[in-house]
Amino acid sequence: MTVALMAVVILAASLAALLQFFGIYCRSLIAASVVQPLSPEIQEVTGINSGAADPEDFPRVVQLLRLCPDFANDRQQVSAIRGYFWLVKAVRWTLASLLPDVRSWAETQLGQCAYFAAVALDHRVSNSRTALAAQMHDSR
Amino acid sequence: MPGSVGMALWILGTVLEILAVVCIYRREAIRRYFFLCFYMLVSVVASAGRFHILQHYGLSSLEYRYFYFYSDALLTIALYFAVISLFSHVFEEMGIERYLRFAAGLLLAGTALFSYAIVSQSSARIPTHFAFELSQNLYFVGLALTYVLWGAIVKLRETRTQLIQIVLSLGIYFSVYAASYALSNLAPGLYSYTRYLLPAFSCLLPLSWAYAFWRLPVNARLAPARLLEAAQ
Repeated sequence: MTVALMAVVILAASLAALLQFFGIYCRSLIAASVVQPLSPEIQEVTGINSGAADPEDFPRVVQLLRLCPDFANDRQQVSAIRGYFWLVKAVRWTLASLLPDVRSWAETQLGQCAYFAAVALDHRVSNSRTALAAQMHDSR
Repeated sequence: MPGSVGMALWILGTVLEILAVVCIYRREAIRRYFFLCFYMLVSVVASAGRFHILQHYGLSSLEYRYFYFYSDALLTIALYFAVISLFSHVFEEMGIERYLRFAAGLLLAGTALFSYAIVSQSSARIPTHFAFELSQNLYFVGLALTYVLWGAIVKLRETRTQLIQIVLSLGIYFSVYAASYALSNLAPGLYSYTRYLLPAFSCLLPLSWAYAFWRLPVNARLAPARLLEAAQ
């Protein structure tokens, strides 16, 4: 009985902490990327201007990310942000009608997720170019 | 032997742990983050030991079970010291390292005694259950400490992005482990569904640490209060 009670308390507290740590970790990844400007080429391809993105851009930019080779080794971070995107979207669907502040917060978060994906795409494109240039240099 | 998925996750986790140590070494931060490296290396050694015992005695043997749970308890203690070392980083300007070490030792001893007290009340097979209970409770204590550490980071306006991401990924790792141990305790029948969950998550910790050391510059700065504001 004591063991079971302890386990229930630990399970509940751990799940609550997991949700909070995951959210803050994703925010820390996003915060590190929002200060980075996008190259003009990526702005043109994604339609996202530096510092501002629409939530609806996210799935499209993730599709583009899938087409690009991952030399930057950021797959785990992109997956974490994808998870965060769906989590915030779920919050928007469920709580936004009750709390208007949540709606604007969720819109900002979703837009920043899209911007994070665009910055990751920019890194991948630039890393692919560097790798290609090195390969061509070696083959000469 | 575990299935091919289990084996692949096991090997991947070990390779990523080595990668994390290499990234810390390349950033010349071995001395600064000694306990993080120590934990990763102990984990690699434990993996090698487990593989050796697995080959000699098999997955369902008592030897493997004992080795698995006791090495896991040792790994949890190593990770606990890694958390305490992160406290030293955050409080380094206050010069309270001696008190931190004393409090950490006291908390570790307290958790061990508490685990023993719980197990002695309820189980006939004290040795394995003690290791399991100690791991579960230490993961939970680690989680609580990481929570306190995050609070200290926000309060003391710690801005090192590398340190912040290390602490947050540790928080995620501790929460998943504490939750899955508690779930195994509550419903042992769920093991067949969750058996790939822990190896998969143990790959994420070294990967996020490797990312923090590889991709983030040492002088990168971040305002944690802003993260918290936005998360609420």
